[in-house]
Amino acid sequence: MQVFKKLSQIRIVPFLLFGLGIVFTFNGIFVTKEHIDVLNKAIRICLECIGIG
Amino acid sequence: MAKKKIRRKELFRHGVQFLWAAVTNGYIQGYLTGKIYKGKLKQICLPGLNCYSCVGSLGSCPIGSLQAVIGRKGKVFSFYVIGFLLMIGSVLGRFVCGWLCPFGFIQDLLNKIPFPRKVRFLPKEKLLVKTKYIILILFVLLLPIFFVNDIGNGAPAFCKWICPVGTLEGGIPLVASNEALQQQAGWLFIWKISLLAVILFTSIIVYRPFCKLFCPLGAIYSLFNKVTMYRYRVNMDVCIGCGKCKQACKMNVNPVQDANHLECIRCGNCKNACPVNAIESGFFKYAPKENKYDAFSESNNITDVDNL
Repeated sequence: MQVFKKLSQIRIVPFLLFGLGIVFTFNGIFVTKEHIDVLNKAIRICLECIGIG
Repeated sequence: MAKKKIRRKELFRHGVQFLWAAVTNGYIQGYLTGKIYKGKLKQICLPGLNCYSCVGSLGSCPIGSLQAVIGRKGKVFSFYVIGFLLMIGSVLGRFVCGWLCPFGFIQDLLNKIPFPRKVRFLPKEKLLVKTKYIILILFVLLLPIFFVNDIGNGAPAFCKWICPVGTLEGGIPLVASNEALQQQAGWLFIWKISLLAVILFTSIIVYRPFCKLFCPLGAIYSLFNKVTMYRYRVNMDVCIGCGKCKQACKMNVNPVQDANHLECIRCGNCKNACPVNAIESGFFKYAPKENKYDAFSESNNITDVDNL
């Protein structure tokens, strides 16, 4: 909890996290192309999600 | 007057929740034909827990997507989904839970149903709320990576064994409209329906039991709550220590002690209940570096407030 408390006072932290998020997302789209994995999963009925598989 | 204000503000929040749920689940054809949307929008994650097998869903569930990617052979990390969660988490944190999650909205509505004895505090609640972190680590991260089938792919363990959203938004409408699925439904479906029924019924008695105890997405966003851009702040120079904010908080947070607590879903009830408008919310509302709480609590006997 102390770590959280200290981090909460460093005002650059949310910007760093947001920047890291953008870098990760771009990497996921343009390098590892994970959005296609997500699409392939999402356009079929997820049998596990609905309690069949 | 204050009650009227609280009700009005809460109605506004429910309006936003309804609109967001309607827009993100706006594939009308799906409701009519019982078939899910298969367009390219589905590669985009939605911020809340919203099953991608919901007949109306236009986007993907981040928890389902995370399990789908890390469960694939040769992958243990998802840049795409974790990047998305980092972006949303760093800006909004658990604001998503309070304003943009369809299942949170359903639980909010269910809790409005009158019941002879509502439960405000669960026994050992402070300990029980940590269950969601165990579920996140075990069912969302470890099981899909390590429990794999013959070809090396892992199953989305959280979706399969726990997630009531998939059962409610996907399972019930799809099974009801599809004979082939009806024939395949077995003990797993019965387990998930039972779990959903228990969670929905408990939501009438306890405020947001799924969000408090089980939601892995809430667990992820809670880790951002203290560092998000959108924050809460209590102005200690104005606060009179009446404790009304703590009384108004249905997530059992004391905003005076910690305005950006891990459990705070930013519903705004505390802010609306404050008689002197000491609680502020917005982007970059940082508290002064020196925490005046200790000195303040001594001079105003705020320990009484903590025991409310």
